[in-house]
Amino acid sequence: MSDAPIQVALIGNPNTGKTSLFNHLTGLNQKVGNYPGITVDKKTGTCKLSPTQKATILDLPGTYSLNASSVDEKIAIDILNDTDNELHPDVAIVVADVEQLKRNLLIFTQVKDLEIPTILVINMADRMQLKGISVDIEQLEADLQTKVVIISSKQKTGIDDVKKAILAYKSLSTERCISKEKIKQNTITDTSLLTSLSASELKKVQHRETIVRYQFINDVLKKSYVVDRSKASDTQAKLDRIFTHKIFGYVIFGLLLLLIFQVIFEWSSVPMELIDGAFGSFAEWTKEVLPKGMLTNLLADGIIAGLGGIVIFIPQIAFLFLFISILEESGYMSRVVFLMDKIMRRFGLSGKSIVPLISGAACAIPAIMATRNIESWKERLITILVTPFITCSARLPVYAILISLIIPNERVFWFFNWQGITLMLLYLIGFAIALISAFILHKTLKIQSKSYFVVELPKYKVPLVKNVAYTVLEKTKTFVFEAGKIILAISIILWVLGSVGVNDKFHNAETIVQQAIEKNGFTEIQEIALENKIIRYTESVREEAEAAGKTVNVQEMDAEVAEKIPEFREAVIEDEIEGMRLENSILGVIGKTIEPVIQPLGYDWKIGIALVSSFAAREVFIGTLATIYSVGSEGDDEAGNTIKAKMQAEVHASSGKKVFNFASGISLLLFYAFAMQCMSTLAIVKRETKGWKWPMVQLFSMTIIAYVAALIAYQFLK
Amino acid sequence: MSTIADLKKGEKAIILDFPVDSIPLKLIEMGCLPGNEISLVQTTLFNGPLFLTINESNIAIRKDTAAKIQIEKVL
Repeated sequence: MSDAPIQVALIGNPNTGKTSLFNHLTGLNQKVGNYPGITVDKKTGTCKLSPTQKATILDLPGTYSLNASSVDEKIAIDILNDTDNELHPDVAIVVADVEQLKRNLLIFTQVKDLEIPTILVINMADRMQLKGISVDIEQLEADLQTKVVIISSKQKTGIDDVKKAILAYKSLSTERCISKEKIKQNTITDTSLLTSLSASELKKVQHRETIVRYQFINDVLKKSYVVDRSKASDTQAKLDRIFTHKIFGYVIFGLLLLLIFQVIFEWSSVPMELIDGAFGSFAEWTKEVLPKGMLTNLLADGIIAGLGGIVIFIPQIAFLFLFISILEESGYMSRVVFLMDKIMRRFGLSGKSIVPLISGAACAIPAIMATRNIESWKERLITILVTPFITCSARLPVYAILISLIIPNERVFWFFNWQGITLMLLYLIGFAIALISAFILHKTLKIQSKSYFVVELPKYKVPLVKNVAYTVLEKTKTFVFEAGKIILAISIILWVLGSVGVNDKFHNAETIVQQAIEKNGFTEIQEIALENKIIRYTESVREEAEAAGKTVNVQEMDAEVAEKIPEFREAVIEDEIEGMRLENSILGVIGKTIEPVIQPLGYDWKIGIALVSSFAAREVFIGTLATIYSVGSEGDDEAGNTIKAKMQAEVHASSGKKVFNFASGISLLLFYAFAMQCMSTLAIVKRETKGWKWPMVQLFSMTIIAYVAALIAYQFLK
Repeated sequence: MSTIADLKKGEKAIILDFPVDSIPLKLIEMGCLPGNEISLVQTTLFNGPLFLTINESNIAIRKDTAAKIQIEKVL
């Protein structure tokens, strides 16, 4: 029989190595969830302390105090204060950085005064000698009346001592650091003050409390903490002289961004091709193994193709999160915040907006959650509103396929090609429209809010591989599962809608088409479709021959084509039948209904359906087209069955012209660049802004911008 | 009376006083309290934020906040 797990809460300032300790204690046994009703990540994990005793470890968000001035602090207070809370710890661990012990002890005294057994873990022991710091542990333990453990999260020393200290938590004193008499009013034990006092009175109370606490801490550290300043090296200061330099700082940041994006695309291309190939063969295999039919098509072309469209972006998302987490872990990101503040303020943003704007290139959801530490509500709101304009990874699959369809893959200079330049332009357009909208919002929003800005610039350090790896793993996993769920659901809904008929034309499509052709022969459009099939066939034969290094005999080819013509005719008729079925299904009726609205943008009703379903999530676009086209045409083209080939082959039923041409392609690219098509983002914005007002403003204004931009582009280019 | 905003790059000072209402609490929590020593490490273009060291911590604040914190220069 093992005992009930000991509940442990990890608390501490940001950048103290709290998360490193959490990772060391729990390894991969961690879970990320949400606190009820709020979106702050709740990280818990289990740790084996002894053969019979486990501990449940809760990693509370990094905070400087328990003063309840932020959501993160409120969570910590709720859990620590309320003994009935299921997360209430048996023992708290405050993690402190040895170089900033004074500041880190502030929150320690606050936790200890809640009369919870509190262990003090001092991290970064590996730097003590370098910095000429010595700590008298026994003295410190006596003064703080608790167990003090020295660890180095970098060298993994002291972790076992932490486990031992947790095991022995019952022997810890719960005596307060500072008696109740010294701090008559404080907001931590007496949370009613938070609502009863005015903001200004509250601040005075908390200010007084902080002063008393610092007096206590100064007295304690005088006895046990010595710094020999002659030993302190100035590497840190030297780094800051370069990285935060008035001019070089910006140059370095610019080059770094350029390098990161270059590298992401470079490194991702190989794994992406592998994934693409693997999903393609998997879909083919499914079709071969399973009996032919609608359900198999749904599985192969709808679900597998749709999931493939997500999985293919894992490399890019993972690399992006890798770089972002390295920038944050190393301490460089906060230097960028410092450098960019003044520039961003011109657009109504804060220096801190730069972190969400960069993360937005991966996904708007974590980006919007990263706006929490922007103090001014107005600056934060504007950041939330404009972040979805940044080209996120969900737009990439849409961009990638459209660009490959409409932009020639030709080199311009020795280095660039048109497709790459188009993609870069789309990124720049997204960033530009984000800044422009921010500026407009800044000038129009009438929100009074004090524009505070306090940023800690932590010491530079080499990022820990474990921390970076866990962040990348967790964020990528969340993205794939969230997007995967939506794609799965939408594929099935679309398939069902496309398989249910509304009238006679759906049920008797075969007879109607057969009769019409027997009577009148092929229509002009059908002749064009036949012609296209022949052209594609000859092209593919020629390409194959060229790849094999042979020349094509023209006469042989003609004979071969002549032989194939009946087969092609059959395929055209088959397409016609399936087309009629789709048009007269529920899905077709929906598409036809919205067609007048999207026709001026150059889209047909099939794109219309993809567009509407994309409002759930952008990346659904390709899966939707795959589902629609597979429902629509049963016949296997010789030119290949990939979604790209199908899009290439798609023609307007009325004119026989290509659906995906340069004008409609550019129009679609712009629509996807600007439109707010992501339910998850809207849900996050709703939670972060506490209401439907702002997500609705975002949905309508972004979509109107998208519509107008797409309209102008198509009308000019067609 | 001089304030942090008057400091030049590399100069040190002792914090004297500030109006509690107009200073973010976070800054106080980080040790920006009367009697503590601060130094100005780095400035930015166009009167952007200031990069300070207070209590061994590196902190950046905007110039308008800095102008509210009264100091006495240490030579």
